[in-house]
Amino acid sequence: MSPPRLLLERGLLPGIRWQALRAFLARSVLPLTAGLVAVVVACPLVFVALQSAQSGWGPAQRLLGRPLMATLLWNTVTLAAAVTVITLVVGFSAAWLVERTSLPGRRAWTVLLAMPLAVPEFVHGYCWVSLFPSVQGLWGAVLVESSSLYPLVFLPVAAVLRRTDASAEEAAASLGRGPWSTLWRVTLPMTRPALAGGALLVSLYLLGEYGAFAMLRFTTFATAIYTQFNTAFDTASAGMLTIVLVALALLVLLLESQVAKRRRVVREGATARPASPVPLGRAALPAVVWLSAIVAVTLGVPVYALAYWLVRGSSTTLPSASLWGLTASTLGYALAAAAVATAAAVPVALYAWRRDTGLARGIERAAYLTRALPGIAVALALVFFAIRWAQPLYQQPPMLVVAYVVLFFSLALTAVRSSLSHVPHSAEEAAQSLGKGPFAVLTRVTLPLVLPGLGAAFTMVALTASTELTATLLLRPTGAGTLATQFWTYTTNLAWGAAAPYAAVMTALSIPAVLLLTARTLNPAGGARGAAR
Amino acid sequence: MVVPILRPRRRAVAVLGAAIAALSLAACSTQAPSSAQSNPPSSSTPKPSIAGQSITLYSGQHEQTVSALVADFEKQTGVKVNVRSGDEAELANQILQEGAATPADVYFAENPPALTTLENKGLLAKVDSGSLSAVPAGDSSAKGDWVGVSARQALFVYNTDKVSAAQAPTSVKDLSGSAWKGRLGLAPSETDFTPIVTRVIKELGSDGAKAWLDGLKANGKVYDNNEDLVAAVNRGEVAGGVVDSYYWYRLRDEQGASGIHSALGYFKTSDPGALVDVSGAAVLASSKHQDAAQAFLAYLVSKPAQQIIATSTSYEYPLLDGVQDTRIAKALKDAGPVVPAADLGDGTEAIQLMQSVGLLS
Repeated sequence: MSPPRLLLERGLLPGIRWQALRAFLARSVLPLTAGLVAVVVACPLVFVALQSAQSGWGPAQRLLGRPLMATLLWNTVTLAAAVTVITLVVGFSAAWLVERTSLPGRRAWTVLLAMPLAVPEFVHGYCWVSLFPSVQGLWGAVLVESSSLYPLVFLPVAAVLRRTDASAEEAAASLGRGPWSTLWRVTLPMTRPALAGGALLVSLYLLGEYGAFAMLRFTTFATAIYTQFNTAFDTASAGMLTIVLVALALLVLLLESQVAKRRRVVREGATARPASPVPLGRAALPAVVWLSAIVAVTLGVPVYALAYWLVRGSSTTLPSASLWGLTASTLGYALAAAAVATAAAVPVALYAWRRDTGLARGIERAAYLTRALPGIAVALALVFFAIRWAQPLYQQPPMLVVAYVVLFFSLALTAVRSSLSHVPHSAEEAAQSLGKGPFAVLTRVTLPLVLPGLGAAFTMVALTASTELTATLLLRPTGAGTLATQFWTYTTNLAWGAAAPYAAVMTALSIPAVLLLTARTLNPAGGARGAAR
Repeated sequence: MVVPILRPRRRAVAVLGAAIAALSLAACSTQAPSSAQSNPPSSSTPKPSIAGQSITLYSGQHEQTVSALVADFEKQTGVKVNVRSGDEAELANQILQEGAATPADVYFAENPPALTTLENKGLLAKVDSGSLSAVPAGDSSAKGDWVGVSARQALFVYNTDKVSAAQAPTSVKDLSGSAWKGRLGLAPSETDFTPIVTRVIKELGSDGAKAWLDGLKANGKVYDNNEDLVAAVNRGEVAGGVVDSYYWYRLRDEQGASGIHSALGYFKTSDPGALVDVSGAAVLASSKHQDAAQAFLAYLVSKPAQQIIATSTSYEYPLLDGVQDTRIAKALKDAGPVVPAADLGDGTEAIQLMQSVGLLS
């Protein structure tokens, strides 16, 4: 130990303590923040546990032992599996055609294929049901959900294909592999992490989805949970059913982590050389027909239905609400939630990225589990906690923002996480070795590198939060509303014509967000890596 | 086929009730002359203590009707009402989670079971006797925890291309028969349907009701809500279904007479399907504005409020005697007896039975 250091230790004890404290804080500030975020995001899980604990053993057995449980389990699992497989096939095929072939009009196709993200989920259901009443049951649900969810696979896969160096595929071709073999053996494995990430978001979402299934008359665990809450006022039974749902979600997470373990298959970087497009030749026509069919089903139906209801008009007697006022408040809430969720996702993703410990992974998982909970459970959980511990904020605007953050945190986390996975650890280490403090490393090295991911996180959360309904109804300030609540007011009063403008404005608002997301995800110059993953 | 059967509604009792309500409201009002008036809230001066207060209303009732009622009440009393509109069940769940800390002063529901649930949890305050006596005694909670405001009638809406007036069922019990196989629409998850099942259980016993529900499940197509069901009947997707009459009237408003391909069929008044049930309102026990909240309940059963309900797009029966919604084809006195809330309970047994046959998940 050097003499000056000794001197310091003996003579300036308070100084030493201060330094030690600083060092301790610097070390623990990240896990503490990440932990705090996880506690807030996972609070609905605690609520579910508390509620189900109120159920006695007998009622629990009666509830879970019903033959109906087998049906619910079968319905939920089949639907999730079918939709996941279909979104993977549709998403991958569309991304490959757009990114790797000589398809005409690739740019236009990309935008059209991403656009279903702009149509709010319940608008999808509402359009199908109002135009084709025969779309219902399992296959109706599969059709509607696949058409609204496949962009969650399409976008990240397209992003990977665009920024991946073509050398692997060229090598395969030069070794005598045919185009199909190259596609199957080389291209597909390269996109596996993106496919797994997309599938994770799709299947977790399906576990908790309620509105569309209710419209399509298809029963799953989520619809059963709504019945327990809303017809039986039985929160204990609802909690028990939700626990089964959480178990299913854990299973999905485990599956995903198995696939994602082998994730460093992709060689990526700013130096990626674009692949020369596979000539489609005679296959160009079927390819165009295939993509046209996708766009017609996923985008054509909602656009046609909205136009039909808009033109048809309505004779409703409901008080008309200000479209502009509601648009402003909807935007305000959604943008605030997007900012907070993105900021909150940074410490969690960063902690998991820097230390690949069990704790870090646990925090990440908890955040994903909330995604699989039905909206009503999350909303009532927030009512439960806010009224007890944040009474002054209850039913105030910040409360609604927190609700959106809890609901959609997983979207932000996925985007930030995937963005971080492309940053070499050496970047931070180099900055540290140059004497930069942890804060400077974060703000001047790490954050700038993941900036595109932050943009994607922000956009995804804003897009989704602007159409949220269940939690908004329960947590909005009394007397206030959003476009979604107004849409709900009209449709529950049989005034579909009057509801249409609100659905149309919600869709129109989302279009710029989707364009931005598409551009950010796919523009290699911007280095935007991964929207959904 | 419509066979109006006059029911022995105790008109005299109701008139007396209205008079008592008028008297007691006048008595509440410290500055009002102590003479009975037919139109108390509009002509009496409000208590000085409540003017300027503000109360929060959790309303599961029709938004347009409630906003008209609130505007009139605010004008009369100077009390500000913050309205939180939502689904009656979700709002009841919200109050259950909020407990005593709830910001709600008044809860206005669509059906008794939601109110009964809150009543059983001890979350409701006793309603002023003046308000209770304004409407027939059977239309409010037996314990006096909530007051009936309006009533709705369940009936059978049928598609006129698929069912003739003579074929319309006269009993809800007939719907489990094979004649309705594949032609029946149901919305069992609606809070409106549970009370009908409760009444069938009462009449046929648990096993009989279960057999009946099995028949319904075999015959029927399940819809998420009454709005979807009535629209499906109208466009001929199913031949008919059990809904409250107001859904059909409101569909007619929305679609116009030319868009209507359906008609109302009535069950016999003694039938469990001929359900007339009450939409009621309650004051939360935890409310810090008991006087203003009670005044709102008193207003809801007063003549001006009942007249607003009678001319609104709710298409519900006003409960105050002497006020009628003349647009509803069948008068309340012919529709069947209002079912006492105590007979409907909180619906647990009916829900468990529907779950056991798989009509509810």
